[in-house]
Amino acid sequence: MSGLSLNDITKEFGDFKAVDNVALNVPHGTFVCLLGPSGCGKTTLLRMIAGLEEPTSGRIVIDDEDITAVPTHKRNLGMVFQSLALFPHLSVGDNIAYSLRIRGASKQDQQKRVDELLKLIHLPGFADRPVAKLSGGQRQRVAIARALALSPRLFLLDEPMSALDAKLRESMQVELRQLQQKLGITTIVVTHDQREAMTMADLVVVMGEGRIRQAAAPVEIYRKPADAFVADFIGSTNLLPVSADSAGRATVLGSAISGLTLPSGGSKASISVRPEDVHLTAPGNGAIDGTVTFVRDLGGTIETFVEAGGKTIIAVATPRERPEVKVGQSVGIVLPPESCVVLKS
Amino acid sequence: MRREAPRSIGDYTPLFFPALMLIVFFVVPFSTMIAVSFFKRDPAGFYKTDFVFDNYARFLSTFFGSVLGFSLMLAVLVAICCIAIAFPFTYLLTKQSRKVQTVWLVCLLSVLSLSEVIIGFAWSTLFSRTAGITNLLVAVGLMSQPQALLPGFGAVLTGMVYQALPYTILVLYPALVRLDPTLLEAARTLGASPVRAFFNVVTPALRNTLVATLIMVFVFALGCYLLPQILGRPSQWTLSVLITDQAIYQSNMPFAAAMAVFLVLMSLALVGLTLLVGRRENAG
Repeated sequence: MSGLSLNDITKEFGDFKAVDNVALNVPHGTFVCLLGPSGCGKTTLLRMIAGLEEPTSGRIVIDDEDITAVPTHKRNLGMVFQSLALFPHLSVGDNIAYSLRIRGASKQDQQKRVDELLKLIHLPGFADRPVAKLSGGQRQRVAIARALALSPRLFLLDEPMSALDAKLRESMQVELRQLQQKLGITTIVVTHDQREAMTMADLVVVMGEGRIRQAAAPVEIYRKPADAFVADFIGSTNLLPVSADSAGRATVLGSAISGLTLPSGGSKASISVRPEDVHLTAPGNGAIDGTVTFVRDLGGTIETFVEAGGKTIIAVATPRERPEVKVGQSVGIVLPPESCVVLKS
Repeated sequence: MRREAPRSIGDYTPLFFPALMLIVFFVVPFSTMIAVSFFKRDPAGFYKTDFVFDNYARFLSTFFGSVLGFSLMLAVLVAICCIAIAFPFTYLLTKQSRKVQTVWLVCLLSVLSLSEVIIGFAWSTLFSRTAGITNLLVAVGLMSQPQALLPGFGAVLTGMVYQALPYTILVLYPALVRLDPTLLEAARTLGASPVRAFFNVVTPALRNTLVATLIMVFVFALGCYLLPQILGRPSQWTLSVLITDQAIYQSNMPFAAAMAVFLVLMSLALVGLTLLVGRRENAG
């Protein structure tokens, strides 16, 4: 298979399993985001793909070639580090040309490729500048250009945007995604920022405690989270217990929701409902009874916190959709069955 | 944080004490020495106040010139050997676990507690024919009979490198600990083998530290006068040995002072040259 394939990768540090039996297939040209909280093993996994760590067991295969035992400098990959790791003693051009120099490319070829890459990252004419004189965003781009100089078969980025301010980060995300699509290069980005993952990725891999919790397209991850961990990590969500009543209907906080089916065999589970899917109506009529405890008007959206049966449910709507509600008001909560995702326990 | 530049005399008060110490223990003795170097020797007593260039003239003979050359060469060689051994060693040390690092550093510090005399005699025993390390080589079968490795140039060099090495490592250690390990990893992902990455990335990133360390060990080795006497032949005696000899045994203070002044000037010139070369390479 063309692309990257991770076969049952495990990495142990002493007794601690940083990465636990990870298996993943990444088709050629895919943009993958490894997403998870800190300490979930995503960076360790990326470093193993780069060859900077050795897996305890498992195999890493690129384009049908087993590279598990191949040292980093022979893997032909480009990597952008969290610290960017630009060489402080070299100019922008020499930084970008470093890998070409190692391969013994001629001066003219180096020059040509550097100019090409500088144009690609929108910094033409920067070749002779010292790295120390660049702004954060420019350093970021230079690090990307340096990693791409040899047209690697795999492009790895370890939390590349973490040093940038919020606005610059958003534009760099879009830029990186466009660059990746233009080059059609298989790319793996480690991030803990779910917005970043949603912006860029074809395939989001949510990791927790060293395991892959879910690997799917961004929208699917958001709409159909596999378990409570994923639902909670991606965006905000309402996690509510659901049980079957005597008639076998699925019941949430005392109200039956028709059209929602529990997994066969179980009488208890939990569901995830996104705040924007929660509707508020007048009490009664089969809706869940609740009391408004807090209203947050953010201008673009209004978040309403409703307490029902000891749980706080958050509902988000635009000011146009949301009827005026006040703290202390009784409301009815309607959960549309098609928006309720029953989670694996 | 930027601080205001001192404006009144009062703002300089913290500098008074170090300045005083520097004047009392460096400027005054050094000026005295320069003055003495122009005095005339009095064979009956100590020296007579005068202003002659005889002492410097005598120094410009081939004998003392070659001793000066040898001293500078030895100090440079010691500095280069120390860097060549200490730099890779310290680099690898910083890659070890905290515990291993501590043990090594404590051992190195304990070497510092040895005096030059003890180091000299320890090495003279190790290099001797009767009890030296060649006996071990004979026992292993690598040599047919034990051999004396001293007096000789190799013995002097070994002793001085041994003495200066802990200082070199302790000066390099903080800089190498602070070095961003991802620089090396980045070089490896760009296709450089670990050894190549070390020379391409770590060495240039630490060039200023390396130049500073080189100068420190050079100055340190230049002042060494016991080890050449214990481990070397008279032809391997450094200028420091001759200065001691002239000042203490020949009672020729003016000549000893002239040699000392010359040594200081030469080493200052060499240090200046090193800095100049370092700066030019940095700019280029």
